[in-house]
Amino acid sequence: MSTSDASELSNLSPANAPMDESDTPLGADIEQAAPTPPRSLDAEVVELKIRRQDDPFSPPYWQSFELPCFERDNVVAVLRRLRANPITIDGERVDPVVFDHNCMEEVCGACAMMINGQPRPACSALIEELKQPIVLEPLPKFPLVRDLLVDRDRMSEHLKHVQAWVRIDGAWPVKESGPRVSQKQWAKDYLFSRCMSCGCCLAACPQYDEGQDFVGPAALAQVRLMNSQPTGRFDRSERLHRIMGQGGLSDCGNAQNCVRVCPKEIPLTTAIGELGRATTIQALKDLFGG
Amino acid sequence: MNGRNVIVVGGGLGGLLATLRIASAGHQVQLFSLFEVMRSHSVCAQGGINAVLDTKGEGDSVAQHIRDTIKGGSYLANQPPVKSLCEEAPGLIHTFERMGVAFSRTPEGTLDQRLFGGVRNRRTCFAGASTGQQLLYSLDQQVRRLESEKQVEKHEWWEFLAIVKDANGHCRGIVAMNLRSLEVRAFRADVVVLATGGFGQIYSPKTTCSTNSTGAAASRVFQQGARFANAEFFQFHPTAMIGDDKTRLMSEAARGEGGRVWVPRQAQDRREPLAIPESERFYFLEEWYPAYGNTVPRDLASRAIWKVTRELGLGVGGHDQVYLDLTHLDPQQVETRLGAILSIYRKFAGVDPLSSPMMIFPAAHYSMGGLWVDFEKDPHSGGLLAGSPRNHATSIPGLYACGECDYAYHGANRLGANSLLSASFSGRVAGEAVVAYLGGLEHSVEDDSHAAFDSEIRYQNQINHHFIHANGEENPYDLHQRLGALMTDAVGVVRDNTQLNEAFAELVELEQSFARLKLGEANPWANHTLAYARQVFDMVKLAQVVTASAHARDECRGAHHKPAFEDPPPAHSSPGDPAFEEFRARWKENNDQWLKTTIADYHPDGPRVGYEPVDTSLIAPEEPRDYR
Repeated sequence: MSTSDASELSNLSPANAPMDESDTPLGADIEQAAPTPPRSLDAEVVELKIRRQDDPFSPPYWQSFELPCFERDNVVAVLRRLRANPITIDGERVDPVVFDHNCMEEVCGACAMMINGQPRPACSALIEELKQPIVLEPLPKFPLVRDLLVDRDRMSEHLKHVQAWVRIDGAWPVKESGPRVSQKQWAKDYLFSRCMSCGCCLAACPQYDEGQDFVGPAALAQVRLMNSQPTGRFDRSERLHRIMGQGGLSDCGNAQNCVRVCPKEIPLTTAIGELGRATTIQALKDLFGG
Repeated sequence: MNGRNVIVVGGGLGGLLATLRIASAGHQVQLFSLFEVMRSHSVCAQGGINAVLDTKGEGDSVAQHIRDTIKGGSYLANQPPVKSLCEEAPGLIHTFERMGVAFSRTPEGTLDQRLFGGVRNRRTCFAGASTGQQLLYSLDQQVRRLESEKQVEKHEWWEFLAIVKDANGHCRGIVAMNLRSLEVRAFRADVVVLATGGFGQIYSPKTTCSTNSTGAAASRVFQQGARFANAEFFQFHPTAMIGDDKTRLMSEAARGEGGRVWVPRQAQDRREPLAIPESERFYFLEEWYPAYGNTVPRDLASRAIWKVTRELGLGVGGHDQVYLDLTHLDPQQVETRLGAILSIYRKFAGVDPLSSPMMIFPAAHYSMGGLWVDFEKDPHSGGLLAGSPRNHATSIPGLYACGECDYAYHGANRLGANSLLSASFSGRVAGEAVVAYLGGLEHSVEDDSHAAFDSEIRYQNQINHHFIHANGEENPYDLHQRLGALMTDAVGVVRDNTQLNEAFAELVELEQSFARLKLGEANPWANHTLAYARQVFDMVKLAQVVTASAHARDECRGAHHKPAFEDPPPAHSSPGDPAFEEFRARWKENNDQWLKTTIADYHPDGPRVGYEPVDTSLIAPEEPRDYR
């Protein structure tokens, strides 16, 4: 709910500041930030500093742009304006900046990137709330495709690994209603069902990296969701076993970065905590054949 | 594996359900998408999905759902498919429930239902205000499971360019472009399903649609000979939040939950909305349509807002905007049931709808028209014949279409919360039809010669070559902007023949501008401008179909409104009154001429528009729409 004032956040960028648990937690004051009242824009010009890379194998470089902006503009809107007329501050015409976006209303998760050092969806990052120049970088932790575009296929692979689905007999119609679910249970599950796989939590997680096995908070939260679902519960021990080994729950360093940056305010660390208890019980069951 | 090879293009609700159905029959599915399928535009649907469960003791019935859908669409939807759609809805809800969709619940733990437009009963199942997201994710999970079992192979970041036909004109595969390497490759398939969504982007930025809802894929197969139906029927959602980059949807659920639409009675009233006393507010929907009030169907609400702002000059602050007010409702209740839209409004407008009314205006939302698809009627039930290979078949053999890219189920206007239903249902029906089609197919595509595939690859590469090396002064981003502005102005909420004529001429000019294109980007890796330019070109071709179809239809029906041909029910009259019966007689006379499906065929000189009859075998068109 809070409209985060990212300009006040520490400018942590993975490119120049490798993250570990001792670092200032990313987005530390997001939870405390009060909703910012709308204010008129002083500047009618926005300055963007964009980290660019022509393809996965060429070296990155920086370019700066200055372009007009209007009240309530967001980063995606400005990037869309830029691509029609990509001229740098030095007056050089360059290739349009490649970035991913789709719904532009913070539902699809496509446009997440690093904005002033914070991983967040670019569509809901309002220009007037950002310190300029606005520094845009691709999400770290994922293979870079070009400019601000990354490949988040790993997220899908991790969802496969933890079996984040309800095993059903088939998608044919059935006549009878499903089991009853209390409003309280619904409210808890609903929070987790809104994960849009934007990858912000993984970008912020010190334990998640291309070179490592850790499945990350997003996939773990889906285990929590599937395991509480009335039918999904039937396969809960299978899923728990999937996260008990290497790359699973024990790889979480409890840095709490994920929950601070999640644009959908999903209680990721709560999920991880609950899974910790569930896996302990599962381990005991495994040991004693319970 | 004895299964055949099937290609599904598009990974929204329709494409994923078709995939599930086809894969569960033992066939291999190759699923193509422009991006990760879980980001398909279905995620944006907020309000809910209709199904008669009658959980509220209102005596709701499937027959009433059928009637609301058919009448809501001004009788333009073929009735057998609508009958099956409504009958199968409860089963679909239960299927989604089994997949783990977090549907909102009543205190006793059963499915909750709410009210949507054009309907008097609470019939809409929902998951907070993010129903589409929940439904899509549940299917995405199921398809991911099939993917891990090697039954489905995903090709994400590939763009569909064309189908490939054999010597008999049967569809035998597709040519697609890798959006990173720009490689153009042919993929063989015994049957192809298009589930590529709507075309709201032809109205950009005044649309609630995602950037990928371009209609380019449908336009491409139209240009290859598939018929296009009811293109002129495009739904403008009455309550969209105004924005420069796009307009964001404020779900109809906001009205269903008690939200009220109003403007100050006095033009240019400068007071803060909440400082304006009740008596000085004009609740125009409640006044003009007392029976349905704020939940009138979308076409009526959009036009009412248009009238209040453009004709009566009562828009808030003199602008194209009216209030959608939730401030009088219980904040706790609103937060639980509409949380997702509140959050969008707060984030993008910086204003809390719980403390101040939202500012909204109609925006392009949903294409009722789309690729023409066939159906086979079951003579016994009057609905669809289950398992007929004709269901959802396009006019090109071996090519099927489902979801928003086809034209079935909605007619001239779509009931709120019927889109998630039709996308899911049509995906399942198309999947079943494909399985039946494969059962009767003798020759596997593996035996086809290379020739047709190779020649289509060459042709598509030539187009790419032309676009990349064109050296004019036109920029595809500007061309898209011109297209969107033109369509919004001339082929929007209200239409006029002179304007439509001019618009068509401008669209022809716009098409010719592509000869003077310059991409301004030479990098052959992930060159988005190339794909974009190609899409805009095909959008212009599709916009011509929309405009020509709108020009040809000289009447007012649902979302297609031409004031020159308007004939509203006489004021203060009701059925039985002589004035009303005269109106009814005129309405029926008009139906004799216009109660027909518009069919557009491709021709190099421009679309050819014709008509075919509508199947009205279940409910005779006797009752004009009257929501007063």
